[in-house]
Amino acid sequence: MTDKKKPNVKIKISNLVKNFGGDYVLNGLSLSLKKSESLCLIGTSGSGKSVALKCLIGLLSPDSGSIKVDEQETIGQSRPQHEAMLKRFGMTFQFGALFDSLPIWENVTFRLRQKEKLNKKEAKEIAGDILNQLGLAHQVLELFPAELSGGMQKRVAIARAIADKPEILLFDEPTSGLDPITSGVINDLILNSVNRLGATTLTISHDMASVRQIADTVAMLHNGRIIWCGPIKDINHTGISEVDQFVNGKPYGPLTTNKREMLQSKQTEISV
Amino acid sequence: MRFFQSLGRSGLRLCHMIGSIALFIVLSLRWCLIPPFYGRQIVRQLIDVGYYSLPVVGLTTLFSGMVLALQSYTGFARFSAEDTVATVVVLSVTRELGPVLAGLMVAGRVGASIAAEIGTMRVTDQIDALETLSTRPIQYLVGPRLIAGTICLPILVLIGNIIGVFGGYLVGIYRLGFNSSVYLTKTLEFLEFSDVMLGLLKAAIFGFIIALMGCYHGYHSGRGAEGVGKATTNAVVSASILILIANYTVTALFFG
Repeated sequence: MTDKKKPNVKIKISNLVKNFGGDYVLNGLSLSLKKSESLCLIGTSGSGKSVALKCLIGLLSPDSGSIKVDEQETIGQSRPQHEAMLKRFGMTFQFGALFDSLPIWENVTFRLRQKEKLNKKEAKEIAGDILNQLGLAHQVLELFPAELSGGMQKRVAIARAIADKPEILLFDEPTSGLDPITSGVINDLILNSVNRLGATTLTISHDMASVRQIADTVAMLHNGRIIWCGPIKDINHTGISEVDQFVNGKPYGPLTTNKREMLQSKQTEISV
Repeated sequence: MRFFQSLGRSGLRLCHMIGSIALFIVLSLRWCLIPPFYGRQIVRQLIDVGYYSLPVVGLTTLFSGMVLALQSYTGFARFSAEDTVATVVVLSVTRELGPVLAGLMVAGRVGASIAAEIGTMRVTDQIDALETLSTRPIQYLVGPRLIAGTICLPILVLIGNIIGVFGGYLVGIYRLGFNSSVYLTKTLEFLEFSDVMLGLLKAAIFGFIIALMGCYHGYHSGRGAEGVGKATTNAVVSASILILIANYTVTALFFG
């Protein structure tokens, strides 16, 4: 197939439903990402962003719906098909999820070493190069994750995600818990890495400064479905009160009213 | 009515847990036999489970052998059978005390450590990260620990047996006044190869149980520090109980 005939949509999620004990976290989520697009998924805490990401990469099985990567259905795949698909993804977790028992160079080249049977010297060289691109010195190679600061751990997590040059990158709250300067640095690194790899990127973030910096497109998740999706330049003019409240960080509005109502009804139930 | 409800709920929970452990065993054994084999992980676990447990097992069996010599002397002296002390010590240590005491001590040390390590990996998303890096978590985390547990415990028990018998020997010679060569002759006179082998077979089973319970409870750990704490406690308690049950079952099977 030539490039012209290849579909432009890289990921297509349709009517995704996922419940936990009757609580519908995703309730008909639909979203699509074009090739090399950087999409940020925003939403309040507990709105199901991480669940959506985990469903996309196959860590959670949705109740129903469809997820297609390059027009290939990923839900219900056999184990070998799923493993082949995973090789196309790179993912960072909210708290890094670096392997405590392995030094940094092994963390970064974990997948490469499984795949290409690299020896220690080659692996260290590759890890050193990638970390260098992310602004970390060679001295960190032999350290363990617990010996690094939060910002450095995030960089290592990004290095691990991009080491194998994946086609699709997923970032779960890449700047959470970081100061604004380090957040800016991490956003730059994400942007540079993504541009260099040409990867399709889905990022979850609460941090609007970060979203404005790295997103081409933004989608807002509320009540288990996407209530708005559009280019980043339109985020301030959506005409949707939930999006407006989230983007401007207003304490009162439809997002918090619903939460307050829910909390009140739960308290009433408990008292009854 | 409530009593029957809670009884039924507990029964269902027990059935669910047995089924879940059975599935976990099948999956773990399957991934133990299929490549890739994580050699470095296996070596690391052999060192963790085997080498670092040696002091605990050595001290436990040493003092148990010493106490056994003293207690059996006190008992047997009542019907003038003091000369059987050496035989009683060696048979008790190799057939029973060595494997069971080593098993329980290793369950406390290694079972807890495995459950805490894997449980922490679960709550900090490291297990999910393994999956996203195209590595099967059970194959990478559980397989090497099961192999190490099953290999290390018989070796630990063999060493523990020697130390335990030596403890009995020390008490026999320096406290109870036995002649050294007579004590050694009595030690070896009635000891059979099958006695040692039965102890080692038990040890291999106990090693498997300890690693399995540590991995199972760690892998299914709840969220947060409390979840990991519970997983650790459950791993040690369930491994200890299963060791005692397995000990009786194996002894009864090979009785005679």
